[in-house]
Amino acid sequence: MINAALREIPEYIKGYGKVKPFEGAFKNINKAQKANVSLNCKSSNDDKVVSSIEEVLKKCGIRDGMTLSFHHHLRNGDYVLNMVMEEVARLGIKDIKVAASSIFPIHEPLVELIKSGVVTGIYTNYMSGPVAQAVSLGYLKYPAIMHTHGGRARAIESGDLHIDIAFIASPACDTYGNINGVEGRAACGSLGYAIPDAMYADRVVAITDNLLPYPLCPIEISQEYVDYIVAVEEIGDPKGIVSGTTKITKDPVGLKIAKLASSLIEESGLLKDGFSFQTGAGGTTLAVAAYVKEIMKRKNIKGSFAAGGITGYIVEMLEEGLFTSLFDVQCFDLKAVQSYRDNKNHQGMSASMYGNPHNKGAVVNMLDVMILGATEVDTDFNVNVTTGSDGFIMGGSGGHSDTAAGAKLSIVTTQLIKGRLPIVADRVTTVTTPGETIDAIVTERGIAINPKRKDLIEKLKGSKLPIMSIEELKNLAVKITGIPQRYENNGKIVGVVEYRDGTVIDVIRQVQ
Amino acid sequence: MEIKRIAKCGTFESNDIYVIVEPNSDGGVEINLESIVMKQFGEQIKKTIDETVKSFGIKSIKITAKDRGALDYTIKSRVETAIKRAL
Amino acid sequence: MKLRRSMLFIPGNNPGMIQNAGVLGADSIILDLEDAVAVTEKDSARILVRNAIKTLDFYNSEIVVRINPLSTDFGFEDIKEIAKVKPHALLIPKATEEDIKACDDILKRIEEYERFENNHIKLFPLIETAYGLENVYNIIKASDRVEGVLLGAEDLTADLGIKRTREGEEIFYARCKVASACRAFRVDAIDTPFTDLNDYDGFVEDIKKAKSIGMTGKAAINPRQIDTIHDVFAPSKEEIEYAKRVMKAQEDAKREGKGVFSLDGKMVDAPIIQRADTILEKAKLSGLL
Repeated sequence: MINAALREIPEYIKGYGKVKPFEGAFKNINKAQKANVSLNCKSSNDDKVVSSIEEVLKKCGIRDGMTLSFHHHLRNGDYVLNMVMEEVARLGIKDIKVAASSIFPIHEPLVELIKSGVVTGIYTNYMSGPVAQAVSLGYLKYPAIMHTHGGRARAIESGDLHIDIAFIASPACDTYGNINGVEGRAACGSLGYAIPDAMYADRVVAITDNLLPYPLCPIEISQEYVDYIVAVEEIGDPKGIVSGTTKITKDPVGLKIAKLASSLIEESGLLKDGFSFQTGAGGTTLAVAAYVKEIMKRKNIKGSFAAGGITGYIVEMLEEGLFTSLFDVQCFDLKAVQSYRDNKNHQGMSASMYGNPHNKGAVVNMLDVMILGATEVDTDFNVNVTTGSDGFIMGGSGGHSDTAAGAKLSIVTTQLIKGRLPIVADRVTTVTTPGETIDAIVTERGIAINPKRKDLIEKLKGSKLPIMSIEELKNLAVKITGIPQRYENNGKIVGVVEYRDGTVIDVIRQVQ
Repeated sequence: MEIKRIAKCGTFESNDIYVIVEPNSDGGVEINLESIVMKQFGEQIKKTIDETVKSFGIKSIKITAKDRGALDYTIKSRVETAIKRAL
Repeated sequence: MKLRRSMLFIPGNNPGMIQNAGVLGADSIILDLEDAVAVTEKDSARILVRNAIKTLDFYNSEIVVRINPLSTDFGFEDIKEIAKVKPHALLIPKATEEDIKACDDILKRIEEYERFENNHIKLFPLIETAYGLENVYNIIKASDRVEGVLLGAEDLTADLGIKRTREGEEIFYARCKVASACRAFRVDAIDTPFTDLNDYDGFVEDIKKAKSIGMTGKAAINPRQIDTIHDVFAPSKEEIEYAKRVMKAQEDAKREGKGVFSLDGKMVDAPIIQRADTILEKAKLSGLL
C-alpha cells in the first residue's frame, strides 16, 4: 500500500506484524490510552541492593524472548548495555529484544549477539556504527524498529513497546534506588530518556558505579520505580559521555547556511520577546544559535526558553539572560551538566514531556523555531536522517520528527551538495520526517519555503533572501553534480521507521 | 599521443580525485575506478575520464582513479594533468 | 560602478574550496596560483583553475586569478592557459611597469586570437616591493587594463626589512601612496589582508584605518572576514542620511533656480555633491537603500 508520505509499504511485515500506515502528521493525536503496569511491591524488610548482574537477571526472571531496555545518556561512553548483554548471553538466554533509546559505535559487541541469535530484535531512535551496519546488512532476525524520541515514550506508555526489564545506567544512586545524573565520575546531567522506561517497565534495575547512602539529593528517578540496584566498577567512559565542548563550525559554507537561517528566523517575525528555540549539537546548527544570539542582543530581545539536548553554548545564552529557562532532556557537554546541576532555571524534562504526541501536551508544541539537519531532502520536503544515500542506517529521527511537528517554524539547514551528492533530490532513500511538518530548507545556494506555508511566503515577499522553489533548488544542485543514477532496492525489510504516533512512515531494506 | 611513463595527479581530499595513468601493455583504454559515490555516479565518472582521454587522441592507457566526490571539472583537470605529465 | 570591497583569496589547487567560492558573498574571488600552490603542482592548479572558470557559476563574485610572477617559469604559462577562459582580471605579483606592459601585450594577442573584445581582461598589479611602491603611478599608467592595485604588506615590509605590526604604522606611507595614486587614475585601492583570524577587534581597526586613508577595499584570506569588511566599508546610516539631504537640497535649489545653496549653514559645492552621490550609489549596491 501507499502511505501518506507516498511510500510503498507492505500491509504485513514478517517479524513486525500488521502495518498501520502513516496517515499524516496530525491525523492520529486526539485520543490515547496508557498501559497498566504490574509491579512487585517492597516491604520495609526488603533490600534492593544485589551483588551482581547475573543475580539481578535471575531475580528479574530473565528468560528467552524478553525485551530489555537501556537509555543512551552515556552515549558513546556507555558500558552498561554491553555489560548486561554479555551476562545475558553467558546465561544462554536467546531471542532478546534490545530497546535502547540510541545505539552507538561502542555497542559493537551486540553484532556478535545478533549473529548468534541472543539478540533478535532492536527498538531504537538512533543508531550508528557497527550495529547499524549489521542491521543494514540483514543480520538481525526481525526488522529493527526505529522510533522518534517522543514516539518511543508514546510506545512505552501505551504498551506498544512493553519492557520486561529496564536497566538504568545511574551516575549516582542511593541504596534504596533514588537516582540522579549529576554526580559521580560518569555524570551526564539530565536522565530524560530513561524516565518512561523507569515508569512502565515490569522490572527496573539501577546500574551504578556510585552507590551512596540513603537518601540521595537531588532525586531525578525515584525509589518508587526501582526494584534492584547493582554496583559495578564503571558504568561508562567520561570521555565518550560528554564529548568535551561542542564547537561552532568554522566551515565557511556551514557559516553561510547558518547566517541565512538566522536571517530567515529574523524575517519570519517569530524572533521577539518570548521567543523559544531549539537546535541540535551539530556545528552548523550551533552556528545558527550564535547568529540568533547576535540578533537577540542587537535588538534587546528576551527569549522564553530553549529546549532539547543542551550544549554549553545554549547554557551561555541562558546565563546572559537571553532565555529565562531551559528544558533539558540530555546534556551534550560538561558545561551543560554543571548548569543542569546548579541553575534552577535549567530544568529537566522526560522524553514524554519533550516530544510524546499522546500526552496532554509536549514541550515541542511550545517551540517557535527548530533548527534541524538532513541527510537528504526530497521535493515534497520529506527529510531523511535515518539512512545514508548508500542505504546504510547511520542515524535516525531522535527528536527530529517530534520537533518538526511541534515547532511553529521548522528549518532544515543543510549543504546543497555533499561530496558530489545532491542533498535535495526527487526522492529520499528513507523518509524519517514528513514534508508537511517542514517549513523551510536553507542551503548555501538558496532557501525553499514549503508551499503550504502561504503565510510565511507572504511575509517574505520583498525579502532579499535567496528564496526559490524546491524544484529550482534541486535543479541547482543537479546542474553542479550531474543526475545521480537511480537504483531500486527490493531487498528484504531490515528496518521499520515508525512515525511518532506509531504508524509506519517507511521501511528500510537490506543493503545489496 | 602516447603514454610514456607512470604519472599521478590529485589528492585524497574530499571533492578531489587521485589519478594514476600508465602505459597499457594490453592496448586500449582501461579504467579502474573506486568512488565514494560509485552507485550514483560511477558510470558518469568513467565516461568523463574516457572522454578526456579520447580528447588527447590516446588509444592505449591504464588509469587508476580513487574518487572522493569530485565534480566533473575536477575529474577532467586531474586526468588532463596526469596525462600531460606522462607524455 | 562595481563594488569591490572584498577580494577573497582561494587556493588554486583545492577543488572543494573553489567550487564553493561563489556562495561566500565576496565581491571578488582571487583564485591563487602563486603562494597557495606548491612548485610541483603549478601545472595541475593551472588546469584546475582554468576548468573551474569554464564550468562553475560564481554568482555575483567577479573572478580574478593571481598568476605566478613573470620572472618565474610559470607566469607566462599561467596567462596563456587562463586568459583563454576569460577571467575578469589577472593579479600580477611583484608587479613592475615592464610586467604590466608585457601582460598587456600578450593579453592583446590572446584576445585577438580568441576573438574576445579588446581590453576585456583587466589587470591588478600587486604592490609588494619598495621598487613597485615608489613606481606605483607608472605601473597603473602602463595599461588601460589596470582596474585597481592591491597592496601586499607582508612582502613589502620584508623587502623594507621592517617588522609588520598589529597597528600597521609601518605601512601608513604605503597605504597613502597607493590610495593617492589609485585615486589619480580612478582605480580601486585594495588593502593588504589582515592575517590574525582570532583578533576581531584588531581586524576592524585595521579596516577602518585603511578606509580612512582612502583605500577602497580589502583583501581577505578567510571567508569569515568578508562580512566585517563589507560592514566597515558600507556607508554609515549618518552618511546616507546626510547624502540624501544634500541631494534633496540640490533638487530644491535647482527648482528655485539657485546656483549655490547651503545645508545646515554650510556651503554645498561640487565635491560635497559628488561625495553624496558616491555614497548613495555605494549604499544602493550594498543593499542599504
